[in-house]
Amino acid sequence: MSDTGTTRDRTPLDGRDHGDGDDVRGRVDLGRRRFLGLVVAAPTLVAASWPVTQLTTGVPSADALPSPPELAEIIDLTDGLTLAALPTSGLIAVQVDPDGTASFALPRAEVGQGITTAVAMTIAEELDLPLDRVHVTLADARPELLWNQMTGGSNTMHSMFTPVRVAAATARRRLLDAAATSLGVPVASLSTAQGVIHSTRGPSVTYGEVAVAAASSTTVVVGVQLKSPGRFQVVTTPQGRVDAMDIVTGRKRFGMDVEVPDAWPTMVCRPPTINGTVRAVGNLAAVRAMPGVTDVVTIPTGVAVRAQTFGQCIDAVRALQVSWGAGTADGASDASMRAKLVAAELPMAIPTWPLLTRTIDKRFTFAFASNSPLETNNAIADVRPDRAEIWSSMKAPIIVKQRIAEALGLPWEQVTCHVVEGGGSFGRHLFHDAALEAALASQKMGKPVKLMWHRTDDFRQGRMHPMSTTRVRTSWIGSEVLSFEVRHTSVATDYSHGLGEALTSVIASTPIGGTAFSQFFFLLSQSIPYDVGVTGLLLNEVDRGFNTGSMRNVYSPDVTTARELVVDELARQMRKDPLALRREIVQDPASRAVLDRVAAAGQWGRPMEPGTAQGIAIHNEYKSRVAVLAEIDCRPATVARRVRDGFTGPRVTKVVCAVDAGLPINPKGIEAQMQGGIMDGIGLALTFSVHIRDGHSLESSWDNTFYTRQWNAPASCEVIVMPTTTGVPGGIGELGVAPSMAAVACAYARATGTLPTTFPINHDRTDLGFVPLPTTPSIPQSPTDGLD
Amino acid sequence: MSLHTFVLNGTRVSVDCADDVRVLWVLRDLLGVHGPKYGCGLGVCQACTSHLNGRAFNPCSVPIGRLGATDRVTTIEGLADTVSAPLHPMQQAWIDHDVAQCGYCQPGQIMAAVALAEQARREGRAVSDADLDQLRNVCRCGTYVRIRAAVKDGAGRM
Repeated sequence: MSDTGTTRDRTPLDGRDHGDGDDVRGRVDLGRRRFLGLVVAAPTLVAASWPVTQLTTGVPSADALPSPPELAEIIDLTDGLTLAALPTSGLIAVQVDPDGTASFALPRAEVGQGITTAVAMTIAEELDLPLDRVHVTLADARPELLWNQMTGGSNTMHSMFTPVRVAAATARRRLLDAAATSLGVPVASLSTAQGVIHSTRGPSVTYGEVAVAAASSTTVVVGVQLKSPGRFQVVTTPQGRVDAMDIVTGRKRFGMDVEVPDAWPTMVCRPPTINGTVRAVGNLAAVRAMPGVTDVVTIPTGVAVRAQTFGQCIDAVRALQVSWGAGTADGASDASMRAKLVAAELPMAIPTWPLLTRTIDKRFTFAFASNSPLETNNAIADVRPDRAEIWSSMKAPIIVKQRIAEALGLPWEQVTCHVVEGGGSFGRHLFHDAALEAALASQKMGKPVKLMWHRTDDFRQGRMHPMSTTRVRTSWIGSEVLSFEVRHTSVATDYSHGLGEALTSVIASTPIGGTAFSQFFFLLSQSIPYDVGVTGLLLNEVDRGFNTGSMRNVYSPDVTTARELVVDELARQMRKDPLALRREIVQDPASRAVLDRVAAAGQWGRPMEPGTAQGIAIHNEYKSRVAVLAEIDCRPATVARRVRDGFTGPRVTKVVCAVDAGLPINPKGIEAQMQGGIMDGIGLALTFSVHIRDGHSLESSWDNTFYTRQWNAPASCEVIVMPTTTGVPGGIGELGVAPSMAAVACAYARATGTLPTTFPINHDRTDLGFVPLPTTPSIPQSPTDGLD
Repeated sequence: MSLHTFVLNGTRVSVDCADDVRVLWVLRDLLGVHGPKYGCGLGVCQACTSHLNGRAFNPCSVPIGRLGATDRVTTIEGLADTVSAPLHPMQQAWIDHDVAQCGYCQPGQIMAAVALAEQARREGRAVSDADLDQLRNVCRCGTYVRIRAAVKDGAGRM
């Protein structure tokens, strides 16, 4: 018995109403949960969700949790972040204005992942308002939201979907009440469509016309029911980005485009090694006298220069003569770090089995990689003696507000943090490195600044995905896998942006609550989706000298690639087809469904030329399931392609991806996120890394940090978005990276008949392929040959 | 300091600055034209790609002193005016294919795509996959597949 049928029978105007439950209809629809909404005291209609106190999936009691290896299957990262956000979800409100539009200040950071579009769709759906009349902006830092203003873990739509729906449904309910009074008709005669309230008795009124009447002078609680999923007209339909027009016309404003009076361009002269310190500046007066320069001051991370244009900042930074103190990774190299990792690897716990069993034991190495977006780190700061104002792309703005207040010696109430649209993030904007520098420079100069990192700064001093090794040991007998153990060892990931506090605030009482946060995060995010006997996953970390952070999909690309390559190796040694083996051992039907879907759509097993091959991989995370099939061409003619200042190598020619996101709010947005994850996965498997030598990164521009470019992109890339399964939106922003990297690696192994153990595969090439820029000056000369 | 005059998006502008300030900073810092983005300042990422007298160029790599009074600079903000329409066909193709993610690189991508399509048209041929492989614009969100489809589509409409 579907809700849809039941509700439609009671709908006054067919197809327009959602059914509002007992208060409106005089009967209760037992098939659906009721929610409480708040109408907030305000001059126009403002509605919010009453704080929800339970998760639909339920939260296990601490003593019910099994041993750590299966933790992520019981309560995962997504649950933890959503739980942390729940207590304050009622503080997030939808406003309906007299012009008939709805607005919502999203307490998250939009950095390209499409959450403003998905949230606007959710409001449009529940409110019955055209999508283009819903305006979603980004909220300033709001400390009262506690852990509910953190953008990470691909958690936004999972944590916000229900609270936003309840707020919008409350607003709609309130509009209906106001319309009934205004039109002098019973509420039961009313229905809504496209921002208009219709009565079966004839008259109609727009939302705008009753928005003020629907407001309340006191905050009141209202009971609502949400629209039955069977009646969705916007959610689950493909929608283009709400900011697409602004983007293609150049009107979209990123941090660097925000105009704040007197916030002049500012850049920082940085040390030649990672986190080196300023000892002395030899020519301060001379640089202060350079054209356009207004200020030169020392800050903890270097020497900041403010000038009329960024071009003049670049010239001044290059002219500075600075003597530098030691850094935090001096002398480190890829080889020295790998040796540390191998030495720190935790021992395997499961004994090898006697006699007839066979064992595969492989260690894979993953290089450092930059999480720099295309827009470099930047922030605007206007610091006055008694207050400060910051503009930046911030995924943890409450933490930024607190830490900057502390650094400036101001009460935190006097620091305002505006979250601006970010030109990508990939984990970078979990941190506020540029905002802190801007605040300190502005305070010392006594002037507003617009501080920007040079591209070279972003690659050389910016945060990175840490180098790691993953060792996998599996044993089997006949066709039965007996054990599968994973030891991931990584240069430490920096979680000081506060994700730890959010998670430990709700899960600290679990059996592993006393463990280091990184281990906790690792176990929350990692699981083995196969029936492979006794399993065990553990993380160990070394060295805190590098600037690291959670790059998109964090541990999963490395661990998944190692795991899937070993599954392929198992298949090879068992003389089984890689797809057939996965189908035998995959644990859950949803994973098998996406696996089967890509196998069929990608024609798994089709005849391929020598030197070319297919690879297939699966991944579960963020309450979503995904499978990727990749085809690669490793033939000499392809590998030897020449592109000026670019890396070619093997080319991924085709990718098919199937994704089960639980409830696909915006299939078009999901397709985009999966394609982006695929491009990341291709790069991480084949070309994209940072080399560490003598305590610094050799890479410094996009022509030597080989992220996927057009000449590496597959000509064909199909994303299949599975229809609604669980009814709960899973995360999709990071999901595609791990299985794509793994599928490409598996395809490469099959095409070349080798088992690659270093990633990206080109990392240990003998010819670096570029000449590293000097480290002093810290940034290169701006070119002048753009017309030559 | 000296006065530099050129034609920006159809309007003659003058700006007082040193000869060696790169055009990108003249546009962004002095004239408040923010469509061309900074992604590297090295002529590599192509995020600032605009047109000079109808050909693609990187304003980050050209000193303002190289521009003369009759030189026509077109940024993404002025692209639609070149076809006297609310949107250039390439911009419309970008919307139809929902190309953008964060959007930071897309003004440069569109300007590069228009230049590529016009070059192909001058040579009397359609945009090929080999042409698309030559596009150097970085997109860190990984929108390359939709860019390829939109460039072909947009070129066909031009």
